[in-house]
Formats: sequence, C-alpha cells, structure tokens
Amino acid sequence: MEEKLALFKNRKRFGIEKNIDIIFKNTALVLSSFVAIILLGIVLVVFFQSFESFSRYGLKFLVTSEWNPVKDEYGAFTAIYGTLITSFLSLLITIPLGVGTAIFITEDFVPKVFREIIGSFVELLAAIPSVVLGLWAIFVMEPFFRDFFVSLHNFFGWIPWFSTEPTGRNSLLAILILVVMLLPIVTSIARDSLNQVPKKLRNASYGIGASRWKTIFSVILPAALSGIMAGVLLALGRAMGETMAVTMIIGNSNAFSWSLLSPGYTISSMLANQFGEADGSQVSSLFYAAFVLMILSLVVNIFAQWLVKKFSLKY
Amino acid sequence: MNSLFYQKSSSRNIGDKVFTTLSLICVAIAILPLIFLVTYILIKGGAQISPELFTLEPNPPGDDLDAGGINPALIGTLIITSIASIIAIPVGVGGGIYLAEYSKGGAFSRFIRFGVNVLAGVPSIIAGVFIYALIVSTKILFGSMYSGFAGGMALSILMLPTVIKTTDEGLKLVPNELRYASLGVGASMYTTILKITLPSAFRSIATGIVLGIARAAGETAPLIFTALFSYYYITGFGDLFYEMGSLAVLIYNFALEPYDAQNKLAWAASFVLVLSILSVNIFSRILAAFTEKTKRV
Amino acid sequence: MIKNTKKAQKNNILSLEEVSISYGKFEAVKNIFCNFKKGDITSLIGPSGCGKSTVLRSLNRMNDLIPNCTLKGTVLFDGTNIYDKRVDPVEVRRRIGMVFQQPNPFPKSIYENIAFGARINGFSGEMDDLVEVSLKKAALWDECKDKLSDSGYSLSGGQQQRLCIARTIAIEPEIILMDEPCSALDPISTLKIEETMHELKKNYTIIIVTHNMQQALRVSDMTAFFNAIEYENGDGGKVGYLAEFNSTKKIFSSPKEKTTQEYISGKFG
Repeated sequence: MEEKLALFKNRKRFGIEKNIDIIFKNTALVLSSFVAIILLGIVLVVFFQSFESFSRYGLKFLVTSEWNPVKDEYGAFTAIYGTLITSFLSLLITIPLGVGTAIFITEDFVPKVFREIIGSFVELLAAIPSVVLGLWAIFVMEPFFRDFFVSLHNFFGWIPWFSTEPTGRNSLLAILILVVMLLPIVTSIARDSLNQVPKKLRNASYGIGASRWKTIFSVILPAALSGIMAGVLLALGRAMGETMAVTMIIGNSNAFSWSLLSPGYTISSMLANQFGEADGSQVSSLFYAAFVLMILSLVVNIFAQWLVKKFSLKY
Repeated sequence: MNSLFYQKSSSRNIGDKVFTTLSLICVAIAILPLIFLVTYILIKGGAQISPELFTLEPNPPGDDLDAGGINPALIGTLIITSIASIIAIPVGVGGGIYLAEYSKGGAFSRFIRFGVNVLAGVPSIIAGVFIYALIVSTKILFGSMYSGFAGGMALSILMLPTVIKTTDEGLKLVPNELRYASLGVGASMYTTILKITLPSAFRSIATGIVLGIARAAGETAPLIFTALFSYYYITGFGDLFYEMGSLAVLIYNFALEPYDAQNKLAWAASFVLVLSILSVNIFSRILAAFTEKTKRV
Repeated sequence: MIKNTKKAQKNNILSLEEVSISYGKFEAVKNIFCNFKKGDITSLIGPSGCGKSTVLRSLNRMNDLIPNCTLKGTVLFDGTNIYDKRVDPVEVRRRIGMVFQQPNPFPKSIYENIAFGARINGFSGEMDDLVEVSLKKAALWDECKDKLSDSGYSLSGGQQQRLCIARTIAIEPEIILMDEPCSALDPISTLKIEETMHELKKNYTIIIVTHNMQQALRVSDMTAFFNAIEYENGDGGKVGYLAEFNSTKKIFSSPKEKTTQEYISGKFG
C-alpha cells in the first residue's frame, strides 16, 4: 500500500462547524419569514388605525363623498371613484398602445437592432421616478394639452366626461401621465407573452397562406392572451397605488364631478395630500381609505398571481 | 396578370399596411415621451449644473431669485438609500438563500414566495403610512419623530421583494452539478452556499440589487411622512434621527411651489436623480451583455 | 441471497442489506443484498432504468438531496448503518467520495479545485504537495503542472473528469463511487481514466456504474448485474433488483441467471 498523505488532522466535523451549519440555516429561515411578518404587520396596523373611523361610519364610508375636517364628517366615495376611474381609463388607453408596441418589437418589421433599441427605451422609461414624471406633467404636459382640452370641452361638452371648463389640474391629465407610467409594464409583459408563443403555431398559420396580421390577430394574440391579461392586471394594481405623479397633477379636490376636465381625487393622492396635516379622527378616516386601497390592490394582485400561475408563465 | 404577384390594392394587403402603420404609431407614442422627457430634463436641469448646486442648502421659498443648492437633499438621498439597503440586503439575500437552497417547495416556501409578490404590489404610500404609525407617531426610535432612519425603514420595505426575488432566481440558475460537486467532497451546506453557489450567482444577484437600489432612490411616497424634508446641512450622526431631505421629496415640494427659483431647483434635482438612475440602468445592461459573451472564462 | 458470515464481514467495507429505495410512491429498486470487499473494483451493470445510479447514490447519501427519496433497509459502512438517524451525511461523504457522470469542476483554478475539498476536510500539510500527488495519481500532472492557476474549465472534457477524480482522491476517502464517469468522454480519455482506475485500486475501494460492458470486463474484480421487472399491479412501471453478483470472470463467462446471459450477449439493454 502506498503511503497516504494522511495529514487530515481535523477531518471529523468540529462541534462548532456543525453548529454554524445549523445556525446558518435557521437564520436564513427567520429572514425569509420577515416578509410574512411585515405583510401581516402592515395589514394589522392599517386595520387597527382605521378602526375608529370604521366603527363610526361602517360601509357608508364607501359611498358618501363629503370630506370635511372642519365638520368632522368623512366619506371616501370621490377618492375611491377617482382611483377606479383613473386606473381603468388609463389602462384602456395603455393596452392597445402597449400591445401594439409589443407586436412591433416581436415581429420583424425592422431589423433586430432597432427592435432592441426600442425595447430598451421602453424599459428605461420604467426607471424614471414617478415624482419626476409629475414635475414634467405640471410644466410640460399640461401646457401642451391646454388648447386640446379646451377644444374637447367646446366640441364634446355634452358628454359628461368633458362637461366642465378645463382647469390647470384635472383627472384627464392624471390619466395621461398614468398611461406613460403603465406603458413599460404592459409592453414588456406583452412582449414576453408574445415571445413565448411557439414558433410552430406561426409556421402553421403562414403555411396555409395567412398574411402577417391575420396570423397576429387570429393565432398569436389569442395564444398570448392569458399572459397579456396577467400583465394588464399587474398594471392595474400599479395604477391604483400610483401616488406621486397623480397627486401632483390631479388637482386634489374632493368635490365629486363626472367631468374628467375638472380636478379629481384618488385614495393615494388623498393620503399624500392630507396625511401630513391630519388630526384626530381625520387620521383614522385616512387609514380607513388606505385600508380600502390595500384591499383593492391586494385583490387585483392575488388575482394576477393566480392567473400567472394558472397559465404557468414565468415572471 | 400573374396571380402570384403582389397585389397592392387587395383588401388583405391594404389591411396589413394599415395595421403595420398603426403599430408604428403605437411605438412612436411609447418612446416619444421618454425622449422628450429626458431631453427636457437634460436641458432645463443641466443648465443649472454648477458647483453651488451641489454645495449650497436650498433657500426657503420666497421671491428670492437665487434658490440655493440641493446639497442636503443629495446627501439625504444617499444616506436614506444606504440605510434602506443595509436593512433590505441582508434580509433579502438571507430569505432568498432559504427559498432557493433549503426549502423543499412545501407550503411554507410557497407561502413566502406568494407573500413576496404581494408585498411587491403594496402601494408605496402605504409603506410610508405604516412606518409612520409604527415608528414616527409612537416615537419608539429614541424619542424621535420624523427621521431619516424611519425613511430608510419605509424604503427598505419596498426594496425587500426585489432583493429576495433576485437572489432566489439567481441562485436557481446555478446548475445542480456544482452543488453536488461540493457536497460530494464532504462540504457542509453553508460552506457550499457561501463558497460555491453564491459566488457563482453573484453577478446576476448584484445586478438585480443595484437596479433595486436605483429604483428606491427615486421613491417619494414612503418618505413624505417618515423622513419629511429638511433645508439644512447634514452635519453629524445625530441628524439621522431628525427630518432629512431627499432629492425625491425636494422635487415634490418645489414643483408645487409657485416660485420660479424653487421650480428651477426641482428641475436641477431631477437632472441629478434621473441621470444617476439612467446611468446605473444603462451600465448594468452593458455589463450584462458583455459578460454573456465572456461567460465561463 | 448472500449471507454475511463473520469472516466475510471482516473484509467487507460496505454492505447493503434488504435495501429498497423509493421516489415518493414509486419504488425504484427493491431487496438489494450486496457486499463490497475492501480493495475491490466492483462494477454495477444493467439496462437503463433499473436503478444502478440510484443504488450508487445511496451509498454516500447523495440521494438525500432528491426530494421524496426514501430508503428502507441497512447500508453498513465500517460497522455503522449510514442511514441511522444519528449519522451525519456530511461525515459520510468525507469518507465515501463520488465522481459524477458529467465533469463538474468548480469555477476555480485547477489548484483551487483540489485545495478546496482538502481544506474543508481539515488538511494541514503542504497543499502544493497534495495537489501534485493527487494530479499525478489521476494522470493529469504532466498536462497541468505549468498551468495550475488556469481555470478548471480551460481543460478538455476528459481532463476535467480526471480533475474531478484528482479532487476526490485528494481528500483520501476510503471508497470512491463513480457514476458512469466515462459516458460523456471520448475513447482515448476513457482509456486514460481506466488506467487511472487501475492505479487507484491499490489504495481505494471503487464502485463504478457503467453501461459499457467491455469496461466492466477490463476494469473490475466483481460485477453486479441489475435488472428491472414490471410491477405486479401491471401499471407499466418497473422496479429494479439485483439479478446476479459474482466475480467479473464468472459473470461474463458462466453466468448463473438467464437474464444475465442475455444482457451480456447484447440481447437487450
């Protein structure tokens, strides 16, 4: 037998080494549960802080629009309606824009290089902070659309949405800036879904002589639909919670109006606007509104996750 | 007329051309705002770049034509973002390690992964309001109310899901053979993770974390009720427990001021913020593309 | 069934007694009885899917890493059942090493690939010497001695596998398990590794899974032939079992079982 270099002094595992192994695993376990703890904490804190207002108004809070710190009367209807209408309308505009852009990026209308540049541009847009977009909305977007809004009111004033004289800040501007913020999300998720459609489907469609756009509408989009829907839901959740750009441009007015050309409110902009100086039961009412927002975005988020899982897309 | 030739006037081909044009318009609408925005910021903000901008405090709003500088806000952003990172990175990486390396896909890990996605969807203002109720109004932090520290905590809640997901996914990409090789020579789990698996995934995890930090630096909503704002220089460690300015909140406050000088400062701060964030993003893209080609040296 | 007499036990370094391994509800192998003598090279042969790799991996508790994998029975190493609840799998792997089917060097330098495992096992001597000796034993020293700081990935497939062998012998295990170590390599690298195995036999007990019957003939002292039969409930699944275990000479020249004869003459597998 050859002589072995038997210089392995401490081959058996030290007690310390074994303990480190156990400590390491348990530390990682504890750290991973922080997520659950924080989430639970947020839900509990918001709920408890809102309790006073909840016990006072109950569900009436959701349908009254009187919000008066002086009289100490609160109802969040305007804000809730504002959150929902701005989110849905902005999504309505974003979906065709985003899907159209995604289609352009995934089909070969132009060489790959241009498509990658466009894709990168859209993703970089996602990196712009919300507050900077709000700044831009105030000083660049609003003057830009001023005349257009006036014409909207003049020609289409009979539609409730355009029934008031446009003011410097209004819901329509908030909707437009939301479109700018949601576009990157919808575009990149739509692009991923379109890319995941198997090539053989495309080949099958071209193979029977379908044109490019017929293929897109009849074969590719339906196949990518579930992914796009999940992306739309994620964007919806994001839109509902969006605070800074919205609060800077929406006008922060609790007076309810059907017109998009007059100032409006959303729950998040109400929080941003009033929380700093709120007092007494106003705070509790604000927390109640925050709780409503949390439930809304939670429901949308969970539904989106379920959709992603159901169609096993990887995001 | 050869029926194989392309017929310009057929309805199918006209329809195709129309839709192609429409999608081109969509692309234009999608990227034009970015171009206009960045150009505008570069011009308006860039015009004010001067040493004074980075060294002076902002002056209180008034009819002053000279608005001062953004020094406390810039330092504040750096400090608050650092605090958030110091909290979020260990917790996030540790959690990601547990999910990717130790958990067996059972109920607990599915619940945590679900929770991570839910936390990622929580509106940022709620994170701010949560920390306000927990830390600021209870004065639990050595008696201080609004503080840079509280701002960092609120920001870390937003960063956490990103760090966990990045770590989890980065570790999952490491091939199992490498783990088997290490365990096969008798290494323990923690040695394998720390010395083999984590270093292997380092680049993708680091990129994800850096991008997460860049995004956190631009967040405003969590800070307006926790760190609030300050016009004064940051002079010592104690300042962490008082109001602290940040570029994001400066932009918010000064954009809403009716005075031209303050608005100008908001543009300057946007310039600094956007330029930093965009360069981090572009740099990590280039780095990722570059290392793809030179993988497995 | 092979009985464990006292005398036989002295020479047996590893014994399997009534071992059955399952993945969840699916039973992969059942009722394995097998003894490995110290200093032998034993090859595990048989058609695909009959559980050879599963059995091999169970010998150093690598199966622990596969979720839902359970083992019934006893695996005796050095008098201890390595599946006893008190046994630390990490300790087991320090004494029973493994070379895998696909070469998997660490993303480190050639030197570090070997030093890493040695350090973990508490090596306290001259690392340079250990690296040189290990590489020499794996017949890789001449090809690498001038580029020890190059990455392990800069070697060819056959060289990488020999590096993995060098890394395994550097920690001086008592047994080396090899899971089809040459299946991903070209014939010349395969021959080099088989030469290495002959050298290693002097100091280590080797158990190797191989699909290559000529290799088993060339290299091993004992051969275990595994086969698979269909489940009794007829749902199409197969479970593996040990069909025959004898000296290589006997298995290949005068096998006792008909299925062994058929496999060796290439009738299936």
